[in-house]
Amino acid sequence: MAAADTEMYRKEKSLQLRSSSAALYNNLSVLRRPGRPLACCCAVHGPGLSLVSADADGTGFSHRQLQAKEGSMALSASLLTQAAWCVLPSRVLLVLTSQKGIQMYESDGSIMVYWHALDVTEHPPAQAVFARGIAAAGGRFICVGTSSGLVLVFDIPPKGTNITVSEVLEQHHDAITDIAAELGQAPDGAGDLVTADDAGTLCVWSTGEEFALLIKIPAFGCTCSSVKLWNGIVAAGYGNGQIRLYEAATGLLSAEVNAHARWIYALDVAPQTGKLLSGAEDSFVHVWKLSRDPDTGDVEIEHCHAECVTDTQVCGARFCDPEGNSFAVTGYDLSEIFRYSRA
Amino acid sequence: RVDEWTDVDRKRVMNDIITTMFNKKFMEELFKPQELYSKKALRTVYDRLAHASIMRLNQASMDKLYDLMTMAFKYQVLLCPRPKDILLVTFNHLDAIKDFVHDSPGILNQVDETFRQLIETYSCLSAGEFQLIRQTLLIFFQDMHIRVSIFLKDKVQNSNGRFVLPISGPVPWDNDLFLRMFNRNGDEVKRTEFTTDGNYVTPQREGSFELYGDRVLKLGTNMYSVSRPVETHMSGSSKNVASRAKENIAPNPLAKEELNFLARLLGGLEIKEPGGSETGFRLNLFTTDDEEEHAALTRPEELSYKVINIEATQ
Repeated sequence: MAAADTEMYRKEKSLQLRSSSAALYNNLSVLRRPGRPLACCCAVHGPGLSLVSADADGTGFSHRQLQAKEGSMALSASLLTQAAWCVLPSRVLLVLTSQKGIQMYESDGSIMVYWHALDVTEHPPAQAVFARGIAAAGGRFICVGTSSGLVLVFDIPPKGTNITVSEVLEQHHDAITDIAAELGQAPDGAGDLVTADDAGTLCVWSTGEEFALLIKIPAFGCTCSSVKLWNGIVAAGYGNGQIRLYEAATGLLSAEVNAHARWIYALDVAPQTGKLLSGAEDSFVHVWKLSRDPDTGDVEIEHCHAECVTDTQVCGARFCDPEGNSFAVTGYDLSEIFRYSRA
Repeated sequence: RVDEWTDVDRKRVMNDIITTMFNKKFMEELFKPQELYSKKALRTVYDRLAHASIMRLNQASMDKLYDLMTMAFKYQVLLCPRPKDILLVTFNHLDAIKDFVHDSPGILNQVDETFRQLIETYSCLSAGEFQLIRQTLLIFFQDMHIRVSIFLKDKVQNSNGRFVLPISGPVPWDNDLFLRMFNRNGDEVKRTEFTTDGNYVTPQREGSFELYGDRVLKLGTNMYSVSRPVETHMSGSSKNVASRAKENIAPNPLAKEELNFLARLLGGLEIKEPGGSETGFRLNLFTTDDEEEHAALTRPEELSYKVINIEATQ
């Protein structure tokens, strides 16, 4: 039995960006500021990043452009692969990953506080070299992935620039695509971080002084381009348009959704309600609802809303509030951020 | 002067360009792992190839031809249903090229050699790796929205220069719109469906990645198999002048490395200069010479290609 839309979202006025968005996975980051009606947003253009934020009094918008750092041997312009705000208890950092390394800024992008150059010799010759996959974890760390499958764990002090690499996780053999930390409450025994790679392998970790691999979920033949972790549920988006849900504690498959007709580029979760957002190259953005059956504890998913962003290959999608009453979308080659909110 | 071309001339130009393009040394350079070309570099190589024979184009016609090529290729890369289809698009290109030189076994052999090299180099890449290649190519095409008549007429491009993305047609995978839920024993316990405006069907078969075969995919086949007028429109170009301006200002070390690379690449191109006794002729992509001249003078600054002049020797 086919279900029609259970919720309606209507399109709001778009936010303008100073440059168009590149076709990169998870190409939209949104920073919600307490007490401010609107968020800050950023999307990667290619060699640069476009930031837009609402002014404090809500009357206008500020724009800022950040560039990929060239590195010491400036043979060619570097390209950014991703940008994301990392919210830690003591501070918020804006992290940019590129073909050359990792740049960390104060949350408004005004000052770079840390630069980590990728070691090119660590990568096999004739392979693309880049960093990709960004997440704040364990209230103290920022994890960043690389094209060789490594995950670098950075220890972030409450303030200042004394950022160090505390650990390097070596479980993936393919380029990291996305990293996600637990957004809700992890059930007992479940990990609080998940990493995903180009082959589709997922690793679930527990974070801390030393990270421990708890579960490895094997690939089934498709790239996992985006991953989220909420209340012990791993939500993974794949290149064949599927969303799969796994139990973080056991690695078992809980649900399989043929969600999109093309490659999925972005997933997001609204932590207060368990709403799931998915965006793909097929021009569609879908809103789903995650839950657990109160008797069996089994994971359930239902479809809430389908939005067709006409003639747009969606590359980024994020909820703008913790309940999931509004969301923002970016598309390849477009200089705007589409916004939708509950009618 | 177009009506003075004979079939012999056409054949000559076609053979010369294809021979030059598939030159062994040139291909060797192309197959080396390398960064994405800058727009300047690609345009320079394109210029050289277009002038590999007795045909000449003025700046305006050259710009127009290049615009057409880039927008057509952007369309093909953007609309590939699966990332690996960019290889099928390339095979469609090569199949068409082989047809142009089907009666010249020497040149045909060169093209087949390249075909084999492509199969060897790319067939084993994963979908994720193809997607990375495709994403990198899409960076090259970002912010290009030149309108092409044939695309506007066929309704594959909107009047704002953006391509139409269909939400119906064949899906690359078996995607019925189902949600399946499993319990901890792995049994399917619930199944629901959802609807969208899209109207997708499963495809019949996959295209062939062999030297010969039905590619199935239509992207990359001859757009002009039905003859139609060729026009591109300059107005309605990208508003993002700031981002383009930054790209044209390259710091010195960057430019030097790129020039070295281009010199190596073009060094492999054996260019025939028309001799004193040979009659070369000029291809004008506009309706009159005046129109061509006017186009050259009125081309928007942000769309100028700034070709690098290289006298490349071995």
